[in-house]
Formats: sequence, C-alpha cells, structure tokens
Amino acid sequence: MPAAANDVFRALADPTRRAIFEELTRAGERTVHALTRHAGVSQPAVSKHLTVLKRARLVRHRRDGRETHYRAEPDALAPMVDWLDHYGAFWRDRFDRLEDLLKRMDP
Amino acid sequence: MTDTAASRSLVIEREMPYPPEKIWRALTEGPLMEEWLMKNDFQPVVGHRFQFRATPVANWSGIIDCEVQVVEPNARLSYRWGALGTETAVTWTLTPTESGTHLRMEQSGFRPDQVANYKGANYGWQKFIGNLERVVGGMQ
Repeated sequence: MPAAANDVFRALADPTRRAIFEELTRAGERTVHALTRHAGVSQPAVSKHLTVLKRARLVRHRRDGRETHYRAEPDALAPMVDWLDHYGAFWRDRFDRLEDLLKRMDP
Repeated sequence: MTDTAASRSLVIEREMPYPPEKIWRALTEGPLMEEWLMKNDFQPVVGHRFQFRATPVANWSGIIDCEVQVVEPNARLSYRWGALGTETAVTWTLTPTESGTHLRMEQSGFRPDQVANYKGANYGWQKFIGNLERVVGGMQ
C-alpha cells in the first residue's frame, strides 16, 4: 500500500531528513552509525528521523546482528509526482487554449 | 519536470508558428488572457498585484493572488502565483525561432512543506479544472 502523500511531504520537509534520504539514495545501504556520522546530529535524533522516513515508506530497514541497515525506497516519491501531474495537466490544457486563441487573433 | 531537494518546478515548452510580439499580447492583455487562462485584473507593470479568478468551488474561493515580478516585452514575463496554500512563481520565456517562437512556461518553487495545504484543497483543485473547462468553453 503506498504511503499517504502527506506523510511523504512532511517527511521531506525537514532538511536533516532530506539529507538522510539523499545520502541513502546516493550511497545505497547504510547503517545508523554511518548515517549519524554523515548527518552531524546525535544517533537518537537520526533514529527518530529514520522512523518518520519509514512511516512515509521512503526507507526500508533490515537487522543484521546489532546493526540496523537502511536503504532508500525512491518509489515512495510517487505521490509527489502525482501532485505535479495535476499542475502539468492544467498548463498543457492552457497551452492548447492559448494556441486556439492565437489562431483566431489578427496577425 | 525538474527535481531538487528544496523545491520542484514544472516546465512546459512548445514551438508556436507566431512571432513573439503576438504571443506577448495574448500573455499580457487582460481580455485576451481571460480567453485562454482566467478572468484577471492583470497589468504589465512590475509590482502590480492582481488576481486570477476562477469559479468558486467547495473548499476554494477560486482566487489566485499574484504579483508581477518581471516584464521584458516580447521576451520574459514572471508573476508570483499564490493558490491553494502554495506559493510559486510562473515565468514565461519567449525565444524567436526561424518559424516563430519557442514558448517556455516554468512554474517553480513547489516545496514539500507546502503540500499539506495543497492536499487539503485537492478536492477543490480537481473540481476547479473541471469547472474551468465549462467557464472558458462558455466564453468562446
């Protein structure tokens, strides 16, 4: 089941979470420790951010002994794409109407 | 469609077999803009605040609050576009070509943190598009 668009947007509205998500997109799988070194905030803070990203289904995790590994799920960005599609459909329709108008206008 | 972490843009481009001067008129003369876009009190003056007005629907007044930001006749036009809880900018760029004009529209500044507002008004937006068809269709 896809995440609600609200969760996705709220998750990515925070710059630290965005940085974590981008790092995972770029680097592939990362442990919480590695992400903490990269994010420049405390490990509990990183864990909290990861929980929000997980709720939005932007990341997945797997346990391996005492370490938890995270990776990005870029498909979760689909609700954002839908959002822009609304505007895209609107403007493409306006472009058609503009062309119709230009055809009717005096040169 | 471009995609950066902080904000996103929508870009639509089209070749048109008309000179930039003619397209500029359609983009900047209120009565012509009304024919293809929406009712408005637009003036091609930097700093001018104006509104586009669509038919009000449930959850939305139909009003888009705008402010003119760039007016370079026959070349570039930009206005702030505030609607449905989002604050974006719409920029038109006209480039002459051998056969007419390359017209580019970019709506930029969609930020993830604005979208909670947008989603709340989603129903209104979808009805807006449907109503606009009828309104604009009736004018022609």
